[in-house]
Amino acid sequence: MSDVVIRVAHLGKCYRIRHQRPEPYVALRDVIADRVRSLWRRSPDDAGGLPSVEDFWALDDVSFEVRRGEVVGVIGRNGAGKSTLLKVLSRITEPTRGRVELDGNVASLLEVGTGFHPELTGRENIFLNGAILGMSRVEIRGKFDEIVAFAEIDRFLDTPVKRYSSGMYVRLAFAVAAHLEPEILIVDEVLAVGDAQFQKKCLGKIGDVAKAGRTVLFVSHNMAAVASLCTRALVLRAGAVELDDRPEIAIRTYLNDMSEAGRTTLEGIPRKGTGRAKFTGFHLEDDRGVITTSIQSGDDVRLVFDFECEAGSIGRPFDVGFGIHGGYDECLFVLYASYVGTPLTVSRTRGRFVCRIPRFPLSPGTYSVVPRIEINAVEADFPQVPVGTIEVVDGDFFGSKVRTNARGAGPFLVDGTWSVES
Amino acid sequence: MKLVIEPGRTARNYWRDLWRYRELMYFLAWRDLAVRYKQTAIGVAWAVIRPALTMAVFVVFRRFVGIAPGAVPDPILVLAAVLPWQFFAAALTDSSGSLIANTNLIAKIYFPRLIVPGAAVVTALVDFVITLGMLAVLMAWYGFAPGWHLLALPVFVVITFGLSLGFGVFLAALNVEYRDFRYVVPFIVQFGLFISPIAFTTDHVPERWRSWYALNPVVGIIDGFRWSILGGRTPLNREAVALSIAMTLFFLVLGVWYFRRVERRFADVI
Repeated sequence: MSDVVIRVAHLGKCYRIRHQRPEPYVALRDVIADRVRSLWRRSPDDAGGLPSVEDFWALDDVSFEVRRGEVVGVIGRNGAGKSTLLKVLSRITEPTRGRVELDGNVASLLEVGTGFHPELTGRENIFLNGAILGMSRVEIRGKFDEIVAFAEIDRFLDTPVKRYSSGMYVRLAFAVAAHLEPEILIVDEVLAVGDAQFQKKCLGKIGDVAKAGRTVLFVSHNMAAVASLCTRALVLRAGAVELDDRPEIAIRTYLNDMSEAGRTTLEGIPRKGTGRAKFTGFHLEDDRGVITTSIQSGDDVRLVFDFECEAGSIGRPFDVGFGIHGGYDECLFVLYASYVGTPLTVSRTRGRFVCRIPRFPLSPGTYSVVPRIEINAVEADFPQVPVGTIEVVDGDFFGSKVRTNARGAGPFLVDGTWSVES
Repeated sequence: MKLVIEPGRTARNYWRDLWRYRELMYFLAWRDLAVRYKQTAIGVAWAVIRPALTMAVFVVFRRFVGIAPGAVPDPILVLAAVLPWQFFAAALTDSSGSLIANTNLIAKIYFPRLIVPGAAVVTALVDFVITLGMLAVLMAWYGFAPGWHLLALPVFVVITFGLSLGFGVFLAALNVEYRDFRYVVPFIVQFGLFISPIAFTTDHVPERWRSWYALNPVVGIIDGFRWSILGGRTPLNREAVALSIAMTLFFLVLGVWYFRRVERRFADVI
């Protein structure tokens, strides 16, 4: 199949970074002042007072091709160049080098709700946003009912969107964008918002787009979404394509990049303890071992703590545990390996401690993780700041298919059985 | 449809895109109007109050300095100049600031950027049409009938539209890179109110200065408006009108040329 719809060749994008300017634009006043000052300067390399300019290549020699009907994930750490790539492809900014050929009309969804006006009603914003995304009035009118149904906002159609809940706002914004019918759809991280149920709906919609033979370029930090939607994935790193392969392989590469980053972030944090062993990283995995940052209550999760220890600690009895703290830094629960009667010993100087928690029992919210290691009942490492956070979104903890709506009702979800006795 | 993106390549289908996105211009103008009047108590009346008060001040001013009323009642004479002036001033102010006001759109979505200042001028045009209604009411009140000259009015509306668009687009593009122009525009507008023939008519200007005076492109426009609305009771200086048209074309070409040249950088510097 030689049906290439996106051909990117040696693409480069360079930004000039001015180190002295707090604002990206210049004032004519400054330009004139600089010119005048330069009259008095003897040598041209006396740059006193002038800003130093540095080139930063956000994209550097990026090449790839995408065929019709493919769903290609673009993953990479923050600052790897993903957003710049999408901006160039969607013609918001022009490249410094290289060439892109696009065969078919492109719609890009870089941020849901761009151009929504808070004073306008839902109905008015559908038309406005549709026009901004390149739909004609006739097209929008034809899709109007579908959009409203998808967004589930029919009762609030004539309410200004400034009175919408953030969930409704996002639903409406995505609904408009999702009903564009471009041959190439570029999606950036739209799924970072909204509740789990709506995220699922959005993913389903993107999947439908691909099934209809259109091409999707999909940027996300949600590895589960990339794994389930994409037929291929690109890993970007420092502005270049590090890998272009099947999603599973790309995700593994990305996670390696991430854990490298993780190791550096735990360096230099305040700690207590002897230091005979140390935490070097933390992340969260779902039950299949896919790294995530957010889980649904009721999911089985794995907390993974990377560690290093001195050779002398090999074989000694370890006890590892962690506390989960809430929004006011109050401790919600603590779980040590010793509580569940699991003795731990290590056989190498680096590795990971993994704690699996079935049916995660906390209600939606953000929680922080503070771990601790003891060796021979002596504190070896106790970070004084959280090593990571767990983002919990609403899920089906009770297995009852009923939305619990437990937010604000207390942090814990406790299962039970009910009956009437009289 | 094949699209090629390369550095320095001004998109070949720019004008086609502009046509494809014409409805966006309509929607942006409609948005600005809807939002402007949504939370105001008297709504559209605001479009009428400003020119009405300006007119009142100038009519009183004419009495004070002792300009004798002519064949045309002062309120009509003055309002016929205030309306095009305010159209020009509002269009220039809004279009020159429009790119900055729509930063979020420009940084996130592609569309021909000319749409944004264009929509601002269209918004001003709608307000202008509303105020024309006010002029019609005033003329009916005085029992003042316009003549066939009124047929020329659309021509002068088009010239005003073109002049404010060209000038506005030029300033809008400059504004993205040099924010100084945000202080220049209010100055132009304030100054222009006094040096344009609004409180007075061009025949108050000494004969030998008139050619120089016509270098202000608004002079030809206002003379034209007066001439066509007042049924030829004020003189029409053909030379001034021709000069206005020439300057309108000049600013349109300059504005669009400069805008297109720097447009590609907007998303990076805005």
